[in-house]
Formats: sequence, structure tokens, C-alpha cells
Amino acid sequence: MSTPKKLGPLQIILLAIPCVAVLVIPYFNKLEPSVFGIPFFYWWQLVWVPLSGVFIAIVYKMVVPAGSGD
Amino acid sequence: MNVVATVVFVALFVGIAVLGFASAHWRKGDMNHLHEWGLGGRRFGTWITWFLIGGDLYTAYTFIAVPALVFGAGALGFFALPYTVLVYPMVFAILPRLWIVARKHNYITASDFVAGRYGSPALALAIAVTGIVATMPYIALQLVGIQVVIGGLGFSTQGLMGDLPLVIAFVILAAFTYTSGLRAPASIAVVKDLLVYITVIALIIVVPYKLGGLGSIFAAIPKKHLLLPPVKDGNLGLQSFYPTLAFGSALALMLYPHATTAVLSAKGPNTLRRNWVFLPAYSFMLGLIALLGYMAYASGIAKMPDLAPYFKQYGPQFAMPGLLLHYFPSWFVGVGFAAVAIGALVPAAIMSIAAANLFTRNIYKAYINPECSHAKETDMAKLVSLIVKFGALLFIVFLPLTYAIQLQLLGGILILQTLPAIVSGIYTRWFDAKALLLGWAVGLVWGIWAASLNGFKTSGYALHIAGMVIPAYIGLYALLLNFVVAIVATVAIRAMGASNDADATVAADYAG
Repeated sequence: MSTPKKLGPLQIILLAIPCVAVLVIPYFNKLEPSVFGIPFFYWWQLVWVPLSGVFIAIVYKMVVPAGSGD
Repeated sequence: MNVVATVVFVALFVGIAVLGFASAHWRKGDMNHLHEWGLGGRRFGTWITWFLIGGDLYTAYTFIAVPALVFGAGALGFFALPYTVLVYPMVFAILPRLWIVARKHNYITASDFVAGRYGSPALALAIAVTGIVATMPYIALQLVGIQVVIGGLGFSTQGLMGDLPLVIAFVILAAFTYTSGLRAPASIAVVKDLLVYITVIALIIVVPYKLGGLGSIFAAIPKKHLLLPPVKDGNLGLQSFYPTLAFGSALALMLYPHATTAVLSAKGPNTLRRNWVFLPAYSFMLGLIALLGYMAYASGIAKMPDLAPYFKQYGPQFAMPGLLLHYFPSWFVGVGFAAVAIGALVPAAIMSIAAANLFTRNIYKAYINPECSHAKETDMAKLVSLIVKFGALLFIVFLPLTYAIQLQLLGGILILQTLPAIVSGIYTRWFDAKALLLGWAVGLVWGIWAASLNGFKTSGYALHIAGMVIPAYIGLYALLLNFVVAIVATVAIRAMGASNDADATVAADYAG
């Protein structure tokens, strides 16, 4: 089992982006622009759920070498 | 009584019970060892871990409480969503390191790690007791989910006879946890998730279709419920409470003993890392579940004559069951209600195992019988898992429901106070054990005091500072205080030359 690389500043920033996105209340605490009648407040936070998975996947690819097992 | 729904519900429940008992034989290990009974032999791969952690974190109480909160409180109730977005990036960075050191030293609980890392049985005891106390009301709350759906099937949940279905459900849970250990909730979690996904997807398609689309659902909600109220007279109000509640709850989640148990049962650190990539799929479902609260509001089911009595008895908690009863045929109501009830069994089983592991390892073995054999240790844990569940049952049967809810709220504040010892220990040995103990005690006392100010009803504390009022989650304020005390005390203890540098782990035990 090869050891995964350490999380560097770049990886920490990538992991922090989704966190910051759902904490900046003044930015997303509004009704417009709405999508399919869903107010901004709701779809913005919902969209960050799959996006957080994408960011984590990018970091995973960066720190875990292919074929490093369990 | 709804006969068809009840028959489907009971059939699914019996099927699950059989699966629970049978799972003792699944990838069988030597059940005389605690890591076999209590961690499933640390052999769960990516998929099982995904179901186990999902089943563990998204509990029956979630299905009932999250729509209830949105139904009753509007935008504030949606905090559950940022909370789950915050969890995974954090645990991705932190918990694989804990897994690696825990495997090396055969640590079963977070307290085992603290005991080894700081050479301080007292600090480990404090962490273990906090974990057990915080977990008990959480188990009790799972019963609330079962109670609401049993009520929804048309059974009275009043009086001692009314508690009978609940008692039966819990006896089954206790029995299969006792025989199968962590393997039982792991196998049941797969079925549970299937039922939950089917129910939620059906609800999220059928109800908006009948109500004329998501747009008209949101249009039916009063504007002031849809957003957090604006900042007024220097009082940040919900604008600061919402993000701190989400952040604090995310930190607390990772510290709960049942989360540690699920994490340590994974096959390896990369299994965990892969899981954090895919677990947000659950959170997306949680967002949809939250919107059910608005659907229940827009549909006006709370006022309909056939459902109004339920809403009168169970309050906003009946939002999700009410939608099922109103829009779906009886057989599907049975499926949906079974999903909630089985969704209660999985986390309740993991929580009771986690509490049993803590008691056995960090209280019984550390203080009462240090020389006990592996088999004796495992027997003790099995016995304690029964006691823990029985305690939770007595709690729900004999005490008002509000106690369980308030204690659960307090539990989150308490468990957060274990963060400095556990999480900083994963990275550094700088802190002194006595200083961490002092910080824990100060955070605990202040947190309980702050919660008592509003009669344990909400978890917010309004800090008045520089002409501003900043309401925030009490747990987070207590944690800040905890850290400050631990840092100052560590510096002071060092200066006096009274520090204890014992550490059973070495730098090479930490990786990633």
C-alpha cells in the first residue's frame, strides 16, 4: 500500500471552497435569480451538494495514487 | 387502522429482523474479539461503508425532523443542507489519519486514541463519558420516528398499551445487535436505503406534480418564511445563527461515537476517502427531504379533516407521514413508513454499539477490570449495548418527549467539547492533557449554563460585543472558550515544568 500524499495548501483550498460557498449568507440570502420557481437561497445550497463531491473527487485524484488499494 | 399499510409495514419489518440475525454469519470472524463484534472486523469495503455511514448519519429522526423544521420555521430549517455540505470536506482531511493510527494500535474508540496519545486515563474517561451521555438521547430520539409512523398507521400511541409496538421493535433491535454486532446494521442499511430512496423519489415526483410544480409550491409560502430575516439594529439574528449552527453541527457529527465506529470499521483509509466523494449523494436527498416541509405547507394537509388530528398530536413532525397518507395508496404508505422505522433501527444499533464500545474499553477495562480477556471484554460490550437501549426505551416511555429533544440538543454542545482533545491530537502533541481536561470542563459548564438561559429550548446564545449582537450556536462559542483555556493552561503548565509528555504513538503512525 503506497502512502497517499499529504494535503498541501492547494488541496486545503479546494476542500474549503464548497464550505465557504454555503456559509456566505449575505451573498445567497435572496429570492432571485430563481430557477424553475426555486428561489436562489434554495437552489444555490442544493447545487453545492454535488459540487462538493466534485471538489472532493479532484482532491482524491491528487492525493491518492492510482491503485493504492484500500 | 390502515390494514393494507400495516401488513406491508409489518412484513418489511419482519424481513429486516431476519436479515439482522442472519448477518452474524456474514464474513464471519472470531466474535470473541471486540473489533469483530464492535467494528465488523474492520473489513467493510467501499460500498458497505457507504451504506453504513449513510445509514448512520441520515437517521429516522432526520426524515421526520428536517421537514418538520422547514414546515414550522421556514428558511432556518434548511440549515441541515449546508451542514452536510460542510461535513465531508472536513472529514476527508481529518479522519483517514485517525483510521491509520487506530488500526496500528487496535483503538476501537476515540477515547482509546486519546488515552494512548496523551497517556491520560482521566482525559480518556472524560471523552468517553461525554460520548455516552451525548449518544443516549440520540438513541431515544430514533424511537420518536418509529412512534410517529406507528401513530400514522392508525394505532394509538398513548398509554402503556400504546407503547407496545415500540417495545416490540426495540426488543428485536436489541436481540439482533446482541448476536450480530455491527454486521447487523451494516447489512440492514442496504435495504433501508433502498426503501428510503424509493419513498423520497416518489414523494418528490408525485407531490409537486399534483401541486402544479415546484414554482407554485414556493409561491404558496409566505415571503418572510423563505429567507433569513435581514440584519436589524446591529443584531445579526439568524444570519449569524444559521451558518454557526450548520458549522457547529458538522463538527459535532464527526465527533459522535457512532460516527467514529462507522469510520473505524472501514477496510482502509482510501476506502474512507472514496466514500467522502460519494456520500454527498445522500445530502442531495436530504435537501429534497427538507423541501417536503414546504410541500406539506403548500398542500394544506395540516388543515384537512382526516389529517388534522394527527398534526394536533404530533405537530410539524407529521409533515412527511402526512404527505404519504394523503397522496399515496395504502400499500406504498406501508413501504414509506417501514423506511422510516427501519431507518431508526440502523443508527440506533450503531449508536448502542458505539456507546457499548466506549463503556467497555474506556471505563470497564480502564478502571474496573484491566486484566479482562478478549472474550470477557466482548461479552461486556454486548451486555452494555442491551442496557443502553433499554435505558433509551425507558426514557421515551416514561418521560415527556421534549426531554429527549432538549437533551439531544445539549448532547451536540457537549460532544463538541471533545474536539480539542481528539482532533488536535490527530495533528499535534503540543497540548497538555491536564489543560485539555480543563478546557473541556470549562466549555461544558459554560455551554450548559448558556443553554439553561433559554430553558434548553434553543441552541443559540446572543453575544453582545462592540454594539453588535451576534447570536450563534452555543456549542461553537463553548468550543472557542474551550480552546482558549486549553492553550493558556498548556503554556502555564509548561512554564511550571509540570507537563506530562507520555505518548504511546510515534510520528510514523500518522500519515495523509
